[in-house]
Amino acid sequence: MGRFLARRLLLTIPVLLGVATLVFSLIHLIPGDPAQAMLGEAAPQADVVELRHRLGLDRPLIEQYGVFLKGLVTGDLGTSLRTGQPVTDQIVERMPATFELAAAAMIVAIAFAMPLGIVAAVRRGTVADHAAMTISLAGVSVPNFWLGPMLAIIFAVELGWLPVSGRGTWAHLVLPAISLGAALAAILARMTRATMLEELREQYVQAARARGVSKSRAVLRHAFRNSLIPVVTLLGLQFGAVLTGAVITETIFAWPGIGRLLIQSIGFRDYPLVQGCILLIALTYVGVNLATDMVYGVLDPRIRYE
Amino acid sequence: MTKIGAAIVLLALLAAVVGPTLVPFDPTDQELALRLEGPSAHHWFGLDELGRDILARVLSGARISLIVGLVVVGVSSSLGMLLGSIAGYFGGVIDELVSRLMDILLAFPGLLLAIAMVAVLGPSLTNVILALSLIGWVGYARLVRGQVLRARELEFVQAARALGASTPRILARHIMPTALPAVTVQATLGMGGAILAEAALSFLGLGVQPPTPSWGTMLSYGRTHMLEAPHLTIFPGLAIAVLVLGFNFLGDGLRDALDPQTPGTRRE
Repeated sequence: MGRFLARRLLLTIPVLLGVATLVFSLIHLIPGDPAQAMLGEAAPQADVVELRHRLGLDRPLIEQYGVFLKGLVTGDLGTSLRTGQPVTDQIVERMPATFELAAAAMIVAIAFAMPLGIVAAVRRGTVADHAAMTISLAGVSVPNFWLGPMLAIIFAVELGWLPVSGRGTWAHLVLPAISLGAALAAILARMTRATMLEELREQYVQAARARGVSKSRAVLRHAFRNSLIPVVTLLGLQFGAVLTGAVITETIFAWPGIGRLLIQSIGFRDYPLVQGCILLIALTYVGVNLATDMVYGVLDPRIRYE
Repeated sequence: MTKIGAAIVLLALLAAVVGPTLVPFDPTDQELALRLEGPSAHHWFGLDELGRDILARVLSGARISLIVGLVVVGVSSSLGMLLGSIAGYFGGVIDELVSRLMDILLAFPGLLLAIAMVAVLGPSLTNVILALSLIGWVGYARLVRGQVLRARELEFVQAARALGASTPRILARHIMPTALPAVTVQATLGMGGAILAEAALSFLGLGVQPPTPSWGTMLSYGRTHMLEAPHLTIFPGLAIAVLVLGFNFLGDGLRDALDPQTPGTRRE
């Protein structure tokens, strides 16, 4: 067990290094002079030279890379060009909002998807099954940048039940969470149906039924519990999609999270902040994937020996 | 569902090719006096914030979406098949290099890397296609690598090798055909994904730039007038959802037809 966890942790190190390298190289992909691009074409040459020096762009590339990695380890991601504040501080300030939204979206997805997937599996081949799967495929196809405004038109503008944008009360969270969780709910419902179908065919479910266990108990207490492992894994793996979706959802609902900060900083060509946001989202994703893998390894011993 | 999907895709193709000629309005023509006017017998989808016919713009937007989908899927699947087959067939250092590169790219969730790339390269249709293709190849490469690893041990491949067939010939004539059904399914679903991604980037202001009509850009501008003119948001969004649903239906149906063993996808 310890060896499995250690091996999985070790395998993450080159990935982390690769992610850091790619994020570091982003600033060097800017066509022409990055400092000039950040300040605009009309900026005085003296300002460009000063910014180039401040960002360390006038040093050898390998030295810049070393400083970047050192900063990463010490939590120093540079300074925002627009506000002059440390990038890390700005990101840390926005993190709770993004995680709150992501968690709410996942709760919404689970609440919708699991009953839908279970009903579809138990009633496979029926109208209910086809309807559930069509709804779920529609859920994957509807973009959240359309669903969000549509929900806002109906529930905020027409009915006046919920606020259009911002963060504060739980009511502010409802529309962004549904908008962000819809696609995940669709994927999760299909996965729940598929794993439930496999479990329902297993002998232990039939044995439980033969012992006189009611159908609903056999489905929920036996088959559903065992189908949870792959479903939970999928939930972990889909966390990245939720984080990316949050970039769009936060922009639509003026939700003050990292996603909105990223889009705002792109608009202001505040590249140190862009790098910081991208890095944090990617590192969170790698971390969640690592945790998912480890939990899976703990729950299913067969994984450890592969 | 497959037939519905195929019908939607076919209709979208028709709309993209001949649609703009059927509408008596140019997507860039402005009738400022009628700006934000709702749907009517004259303008079926209404007019936008600059008095442009939304139906004409939705039809022109279909061209952009399908072009992006086709180019991105074409480039990323070709690149993915090439790198995946080389990595799977030769193994060793090449496989390690390609696999580690895939691991790094997969460490970025979904659209994030595309957002980052377009943010530094500058917003444009070309950069969107470039970013989505450079990220999209990974899925194909992983799929093909797995198929090649399995196929290279098959008897008919070993027989071809024993008969002296060259490596490119073995890859192209014997191994790749075994991966094609799975690649076809992935490419069909990938069309929907690429269309959605382009619309998302354009929505964020990082993709197609005005006045070129793109569904994502139309949605972005429509959001500003959501309260007084919801039709600006409704029609481009519906177009995206229906077309992506069409590709998803088609991809799902193809998967069932071509690969009945795929767990979790076969209709019981």
